[in-house]
Amino acid sequence: MADPKPRIKVPKTASKGEVVTIKTLISHPMESGQRKDSAGNVIPREIINKFTCEFNGQPVFGCDLDPAISANPYMEFTAKVEESGTFTFSWTDDLGKVITTEEKIEVS
Amino acid sequence: MTQCRPSHPKRLGAVAGALALIAAATTGSGADELEEYKRMLADPFANPGWLYADEGEALWNTPSGPKNATLEQCDLGLGAGVVEGAYAQLPRYFADVDRVMDVETRIAWCREELQGIPFAETAKSAFSKRGAKSQMEQLVVYVASKSEGMPITVPMTHEKEQEALALGEALFYRRSSVLDYSCSTCHSIDGARIRLQDLPNLTDHEGAASAMTSWPTYRVSHESVRTMQHRMWDCYWQMRMPDVAYGSDVTVALIAYMTKVAEGAEMASPGLKR
Repeated sequence: MADPKPRIKVPKTASKGEVVTIKTLISHPMESGQRKDSAGNVIPREIINKFTCEFNGQPVFGCDLDPAISANPYMEFTAKVEESGTFTFSWTDDLGKVITTEEKIEVS
Repeated sequence: MTQCRPSHPKRLGAVAGALALIAAATTGSGADELEEYKRMLADPFANPGWLYADEGEALWNTPSGPKNATLEQCDLGLGAGVVEGAYAQLPRYFADVDRVMDVETRIAWCREELQGIPFAETAKSAFSKRGAKSQMEQLVVYVASKSEGMPITVPMTHEKEQEALALGEALFYRRSSVLDYSCSTCHSIDGARIRLQDLPNLTDHEGAASAMTSWPTYRVSHESVRTMQHRMWDCYWQMRMPDVAYGSDVTVALIAYMTKVAEGAEMASPGLKR
């Protein structure tokens, strides 16, 4: 399976100083490490443990994720935009895999 | 049980994994929490079903199977290559196979015809299991998403379509097996529920519409998209009947009947359910 393609919702345009809502959704099993397979063996933990969002290289929002978070994590947060630029989103999982995507916004 | 609390209070700016948190917070009668849960589920963007639709689209257009072909030439009833709006007009009669097919039997047929993937193989992996996603679930939700906002239109004028309708209605009311249940036991009354699950009255246009427009749906408890064929199989299991075969005439007939009752309602798939 190819890397999951996250779905991102960022407004195309905004006015200077506006607070915009950003939504992200990514495909991931978020295996908690608490479950057993049919043979009774513990299924190893494999979750996205970290999420970051930067705007023009400056951190906007970030968080650690824990095993209780459901599969296909959805995140919604807000950011105040003062200039046009690019949001960079990145998800890091327990295997060290990093998935990164970008979204542009025009600020006038 | 330890107290359920965020370990980093400053992180509450995000509704991260809202579904998991809500599940942990539900207590007591659950009515208010359930309303809150439904409100949070109402944001279409938060629906992981769309991730499956994206995956289905990629699958549809990627060569695969022994014949190394794509599904782009699949005729879902509106002509080869037309996906847009096709789901809203299924099940229907297909002259090339001289029978009525629902979306899933048709896609499975296309996989066999165009890609050389035997029907038995499709049927075996039609429902995802833990750690094994089903390509069919992805393909079906992709096709359904391409009918978003379109009214369900199933004229059912062909003789074989009439037959399927009649069979579907008869099966819907026919009580059998050890529990003496039928579909109508749960789905022909208003306001019924199992635990906290509202059961739509499928004999009524509104009830059937709410069900038929929202499937395929993302089921949070299954961590997967589920299709109408899966719902049929699951209901048969819940009624303690023998397993109903994937894509069988029985399933297609029932789906034809329920879709007819829901006719005119606008498609809104992928839905989002517990």
